[in-house]
Amino acid sequence: MIGPPLAQRELLRLTGAGTFAFLALWSAAALSGITSQQFLPAPWEVLARFARLLTEPFAGYTLLVHLSSSLQRFAMGFALAVAAGLPLGLLMAHFRWIDRLVAPLFEAVRFVAPIAWVPFAALWFGTGIGGPVLIIFMGAFPPVLINTYRGAKFVEAKYLEAARMLGAGPWRTMTEVLLPAAVPSIVAGLRISAGLGWQSLVGAELIVASSGVGYMMVKGQAAVSTATVMSGMIAIGLVGLLIDVVLRRLHRHIEQRRGL
Amino acid sequence: MANIQFQRVGRVFRQGGTEVVALEDIDLEVQDREFVAIVGPSGCGKTTCLRMAAGLDHATSGSVRVGGVEVKSPGPDRAVVFQQFALFPWKTVWDNIEFGLVSLGVDVAERRRRIEHYIALMGLAGYERAFPHQLSGGMQQRVAIARAYVLDPKVLLMDEPFGALDAQTRVVMQEELVRLARRHPRTVLFITHAVEEAVYLADRIAVMTRRPGRIREVIDVKSVRESERWDALERIEDVMDQPSFVHLRTHIWKLLREQQGEQAH
Repeated sequence: MIGPPLAQRELLRLTGAGTFAFLALWSAAALSGITSQQFLPAPWEVLARFARLLTEPFAGYTLLVHLSSSLQRFAMGFALAVAAGLPLGLLMAHFRWIDRLVAPLFEAVRFVAPIAWVPFAALWFGTGIGGPVLIIFMGAFPPVLINTYRGAKFVEAKYLEAARMLGAGPWRTMTEVLLPAAVPSIVAGLRISAGLGWQSLVGAELIVASSGVGYMMVKGQAAVSTATVMSGMIAIGLVGLLIDVVLRRLHRHIEQRRGL
Repeated sequence: MANIQFQRVGRVFRQGGTEVVALEDIDLEVQDREFVAIVGPSGCGKTTCLRMAAGLDHATSGSVRVGGVEVKSPGPDRAVVFQQFALFPWKTVWDNIEFGLVSLGVDVAERRRRIEHYIALMGLAGYERAFPHQLSGGMQQRVAIARAYVLDPKVLLMDEPFGALDAQTRVVMQEELVRLARRHPRTVLFITHAVEEAVYLADRIAVMTRRPGRIREVIDVKSVRESERWDALERIEDVMDQPSFVHLRTHIWKLLREQQGEQAH
């Protein structure tokens, strides 16, 4: 539907209305007694549980400690994905033979869901930090590589010609022309990558970890504490949102600097 | 400095199985410190000639030599000023001008000295830390010209450098280029479709024909300019008012019109 743009206040009101409707439906369902309170706790019970998890250890640690151990794994997997995906994307964009060497394999592997690597993560790393990091890496790596590659591959020909005319070798062409030209695409890729990495992380912790938000949720399930599971979901959602906001800010900052 | 020699240069493009002859039998020499303009209708292959001298395109027959050496690939000894400027938008004015000097291995102090010289010469003082998008088209092209001159190249290749500028800015840039070119003569190959621009700037003008591009006539402007003392006139409009200027311009116009006539038949 196309109409006049909505005012900021109007938009806020709609967001508020949506959230309120969701909470009202949830409360009604919880109170109606369709299912037992244990299977569907009411919003205020989840909130109370969330608050208690902040101070009282569950599955070994408080919620913030679980979160920080999840974030550490995420940071490692994400950093590895960027450290590998960025240079490889640039190399593939600059050297056709590297593109040919890597692309077919990569194209096939990237369709394997990160969670499918859980058996290997468990076999290779047990419950050590390597397992979750591997799975996050598998989720976060493809978008970094693809967006770096595309951003660098579709750099305007005139910049490459200028660089060649100015005597730039492969190293300077990649670092001073392809990389900065690809930055908007790379940052867009980082957003997707962080999202997928963060999602995969929780999946990984459900299985191969002894701390973290995902681990806390599995323990919550075992204790039939659905409020704990939901608290974990909320924490994941909030942190995911925060990561996205930070990267979106970065994106906008870079575009403004470029005068876009 | 050095000369540029086109010897029996041909260029054939393949387009979906058929061969298109873009250039045929181009014989032209730009002598050391000579300013030669190539004019011709669009699509005549004049830009292809420049790109061959730059090493961004290759001849399918004949040879292109700069300073006696066959051109194989691009390099900072043959600096190009592109029509679309092609400044790196992520680099400041200073860094754009410095880029080629780094490739040449010029040391920091010398880089600084040369960049400052051309920043002053091109009227870019105060804009060293600006990004290209913060500058007008005319200022951007000054940066592109500074980026080429600062390399102290053997030859300068200018591909319709003022084509993307508005009329007033173009006039100012033409006057500045004339001042620069007369004071520090360099080997320049200048591509344009603007006849007056060519007559105003060049020592000689090669007029090209429509595809397949050939050289129709080479016109000596320098002898006329010197005997008629155009350089004593400061403003481009005063030069353009000279009967000798008008005569040359009309002559070239007729050569170009001839070809349009031929095409219409």
